Amino acid sequence: MTTTATSDVISLRGITKAFPGVVANDDVSLDIVPGQVHCLLGENGAGKSTLISILAGMQQPDSGTVSIGGTVVDISSPKVAVDNGIGVVHQHSTLVPAFTVLENLMLGDGGVLLDEKRATRRLEELAGLLGVEIDPHALASDLGLGQQQQVEIAKAMWKGSRLLVLDEPTSMLTPQAIEHLAESIARVKAEGLAVVLITHKLREAYAMGDCVTILRAGRNVGHISTEELATYSEQQAQDAILAAMFGEDIVAVGDEATELAGATEASRETAAIDFASRPVRLELRGASSRGAGRDVDVEDVSLTLREGEILGIAGIDGHGQNALSELVAGQRPASTGTLVFDGDDITRSGVRGRQRLGIRYVTDDRLHEGTVGSMSVAVNLVIKRIGEQPFWRSGRIQPKAVDAEAKRLIDEYGIRTPSPATRAGTLSGGNIQKILLARELTNGARLVVVNKPTYGLDLKTVHLVREILTDFAAQGGSVLLLSTDLDELIELSHRIQVISRGRLVGSVVNDGPGTAEKVGQYMTGAIEGTD
Amino acid sequence: MKTETSSALVQGFVRSVVPVLLALIVSGLIMLAMGASPLDFFAGVWRYGITGSNWQRSLALMSPLLIVAIGIIVAFRGQLWNLGYNGQYLLGAVVASGLGPILYAVMPAFLATIIVFVVAVLAGAVWSLIPAILKARYGTNEIITSLVMSFIAIGVVNLLIKGVFKDPGVTTPQTTVIPEDQLLPYIPGTEIHIGFLIAIALAIVAQIVLSRTSFGLRIDIFGASPKAARHVGLNSTWMVVLLFAISSGLIAFAGSVDILGQFTYQRADWDPRYGDAVMPLVFLARFRPVAAIPFVAFYAVLATGGTLAAQQAGLNVDFLFVIVGLILLFMTITEYIGNRRALGQSYVPAGLRRTVLQPFTRTSERTSA
Amino acid sequence: MSEMLSATFITVFIATVIAQAMPLMLAAVGETIGEQAGILNLGIEGVMLIGAYTGFVVTLMTGSFWIGMLAGAIGGVVANAAMLVLNVWLGLNQIVIGLAITLIGEGITSVLYLQNYTSSPASLGAQPRMPIPGLSEIPVIGPALFRQSGIFWLMIVLILVLAFALARTSWGLSTRSAGQKPSSLDAAGGSVMRTRSTAVILSGVLVGLGGAYLALLTTATFSPHLTNGLGFIAIVITMLSRGRILIVMLTSLVYGLAVAMGPALQVIGFTVPADIIKMLPFIIVIVMLIVFARSSVVPPALGAPYTRGAR
Repeated sequence: MTTTATSDVISLRGITKAFPGVVANDDVSLDIVPGQVHCLLGENGAGKSTLISILAGMQQPDSGTVSIGGTVVDISSPKVAVDNGIGVVHQHSTLVPAFTVLENLMLGDGGVLLDEKRATRRLEELAGLLGVEIDPHALASDLGLGQQQQVEIAKAMWKGSRLLVLDEPTSMLTPQAIEHLAESIARVKAEGLAVVLITHKLREAYAMGDCVTILRAGRNVGHISTEELATYSEQQAQDAILAAMFGEDIVAVGDEATELAGATEASRETAAIDFASRPVRLELRGASSRGAGRDVDVEDVSLTLREGEILGIAGIDGHGQNALSELVAGQRPASTGTLVFDGDDITRSGVRGRQRLGIRYVTDDRLHEGTVGSMSVAVNLVIKRIGEQPFWRSGRIQPKAVDAEAKRLIDEYGIRTPSPATRAGTLSGGNIQKILLARELTNGARLVVVNKPTYGLDLKTVHLVREILTDFAAQGGSVLLLSTDLDELIELSHRIQVISRGRLVGSVVNDGPGTAEKVGQYMTGAIEGTD
Repeated sequence: MKTETSSALVQGFVRSVVPVLLALIVSGLIMLAMGASPLDFFAGVWRYGITGSNWQRSLALMSPLLIVAIGIIVAFRGQLWNLGYNGQYLLGAVVASGLGPILYAVMPAFLATIIVFVVAVLAGAVWSLIPAILKARYGTNEIITSLVMSFIAIGVVNLLIKGVFKDPGVTTPQTTVIPEDQLLPYIPGTEIHIGFLIAIALAIVAQIVLSRTSFGLRIDIFGASPKAARHVGLNSTWMVVLLFAISSGLIAFAGSVDILGQFTYQRADWDPRYGDAVMPLVFLARFRPVAAIPFVAFYAVLATGGTLAAQQAGLNVDFLFVIVGLILLFMTITEYIGNRRALGQSYVPAGLRRTVLQPFTRTSERTSA
Repeated sequence: MSEMLSATFITVFIATVIAQAMPLMLAAVGETIGEQAGILNLGIEGVMLIGAYTGFVVTLMTGSFWIGMLAGAIGGVVANAAMLVLNVWLGLNQIVIGLAITLIGEGITSVLYLQNYTSSPASLGAQPRMPIPGLSEIPVIGPALFRQSGIFWLMIVLILVLAFALARTSWGLSTRSAGQKPSSLDAAGGSVMRTRSTAVILSGVLVGLGGAYLALLTTATFSPHLTNGLGFIAIVITMLSRGRILIVMLTSLVYGLAVAMGPALQVIGFTVPADIIKMLPFIIVIVMLIVFARSSVVPPALGAPYTRGAR
């Protein structure tokens, strides 16, 4: 079994796919050529993932065809995709955490008995090709994110592949791990495989891609061929891509466009503050958390957050960000250490007590934690004040008062909902995030913990959310910003601390170029060894 | 807006009544297959469940059924599957039948009745602690733990009836019969004990608490997502323990009401399994206590009339469980078809079409020129 | 007590342990396969009863224990068909369907039995024995272990084969992934629906066999509510064993031991109330649940219907 590289071009013609209320792909056509890296660019919701699902056989197009070397192929299931040599690395891991690397790779193999020997050989072969080392007997859940991704790539190429699709592969990687990935991609390309790389960061497209296709609102709005891209300077490529990505919106978004599209190195946008003159709002002294689940807990965390400051917490997903947020919000008890808020010890107070003091928490799990989808927008907006006046009187709900408050917040934050009585679960992700921000920042907020505040949102909402946070800080509010998006952290934070395996491993003052590299060094130094 | 709500009401009605009708039709067919006459059976249900003064017996049966239903609703609303109802009911019953005679001998009936009720509720609540704490602390599946505790409760109750609570005057293991004047009084002019009124009142109170108060909203949030509940600041451990305690306390209360109002004593190995019968009904009532009243009334007639009618039709009373099981099955199917229709989708999910309807098409690759 | 008597006593004791453990073992292995594939079947109490009843009736009709066992397996598959269609194919609530199967299984077997056999209660008589030459001559344990029915050996082989298959074959890997993370199986080109369907059918075979074993070999008769919660104990055993079939076998033997204690104590002269003997397994199980609460891990996707693309 070897990697099959053929000169067959994979052509998508007139792919259209509609979901209730939204056309995800609208007459998209493009060609994927072996030996080239084809970048698909576009903001969240532009239809990149749908297009990939169609290639992977997870979705079927309403109309349009996929053909390989001129033969039309009906990719009716993932099996057909695999059989045709289309390997996909999905944005969300498809590894079974409780399985070993080898078991994960053998899943889907034919035959009656599991052939470990053959699988081990194949893994060695692919590891050599990718230039990585993978322990075949490690549990998938024990692997770091970068290694998991390497296994995913090996899995995508397992049965001999002609096309490797990578869906947002860089979104959770450190700058150093992104370099590793770029090397692996180059090796795969050199083997003669076609590669489709999906990203919403323009500079990655330019750095890794041979040609670029831009999607906006489900349509193919621009293509830069290999020849064009080769002749363009970086600036020319950037201008062409930006124009396609934003269309008329480029005027509205203005200068933000380059940053939102990840075209340039990010730099801080928030006004500088004089740390010495600002009183300390929150202080954690050697705090450790104690959670019930298998989530990573924080250990011995000390930090100070001042009035009007945005403190960023950088780190790879799942390294204790949830524990830290919940520790501050009061959702998770501290096993050791103390928390001091405006000079008072709050270690023992619960969620509601801290809520009244002005400590708020915008969770990253908007759908299942932050809101109750089956309940109305209005109820969701007052859900943290259950039983309090004027919304409840002697235990009974006061619909008029709830409605009035809901209308006020809906107007103020521009939440797009048919009515306050609409079920929250039916709104878009962006509007649900606005519900969360409206609820948390109202009624005497002094400190807000925000966890991945723009994850999965469209660019306009991303822009709005960041504005809301900077405004909040400018008015004296304190923000603890946890994010996996390094650019976001650099744009918003005054200082950035790095979390790894539940500990804070480094602190960087964000006052000039080079922050990203320093943060990245802390991240890799602690996780993947210094290399 | 108005037509929308009325059509929603019609739809809700259809979704609730259709499963019952289908279950009755299919159970009729099963009876035919077994050589029994469904017409005789259903005529018998009508005769022994409604006509004459039989409706009064049906209403009397409603009181334990409805209280059990409310107990189940409280737990299910919080997404806690308390399936230990049979044991909890018997625990409450044995408090009344065993402790009752002792108390009535030494104090006024009114006071003794109150004490019996309180002890019964406490017994039920305490019995639910193990499933509740295991669920809250370790996330252990409460279905299994509450069921296992139920089997243990049944054993404990039988031991008590054969042991300390046994009436020494009779040979069969049973408790002392409580005299007429110490039982719950009848509603004047009828032979329905006031447990019926207690049950109806409880249903109304539960309805208001669940739908209009902050406590009800807290239960609903907890039921919708324990994560959201924690986020809002609810203490989930406390919530699980409290809901389980209320639920099984109410079910035990139903047992004590049933003994003091209806049965007057308790035999060993007696288990009416009201909870199994009521469980599908609370789904049909969409976990609303007041909406459960008509369903419980229906089942009370079916059970009251069905016991005699089944014997006459040559069947065993256990046939009622077949009907109840069928109601559950048809309920899920009706719900499924209703949801699919509402969304305008095909009745058959895409995955099923692919896998089951063409299970032998190995190559799904179709090439065209 | 003479030496002969105590030897016979131990022989009977061991035989009782095995007779009590086998139905549970089969049911729990069946439930394990279902749970590994992501299906929590609360209906196995009903499935066991249906398997027991069909096995009983067919054995009475044909006079063959082997055909009776086969009928039990078929009965189990038929009873599990509701779970297959409504849950695996249509994605409806497993808990509700499971309870419905239990209620219908209990109701229908009880009604049918009382309608057909109350006038002349039927017993099946002695099971066919298949003494293993040589080994069955070993004193004390020989008669207990090696003079079992051929059915016993076939069941043991079946369970061991399944234990091996779950761990070492592509089928086993697919089945486990369907319970761990069905989207992975789907993405790898497997079919979640086909894998889960196979698991439910196989689970029906084993649970049905468990019921039939209980009726034919353990009690040699049928009676309404024969299982008396055994199906639920099988679910607990499955939870505690975390999908490892060898552990299922061991814990089932512990159960058999607990049940065999009652009559054994009786022989030695202690009278234990029947209610305590009935309760004992449940008490043991709840104690095990309390002690091992932390480690009763179920597959992450247990109970969740799979729809492609839904996260």
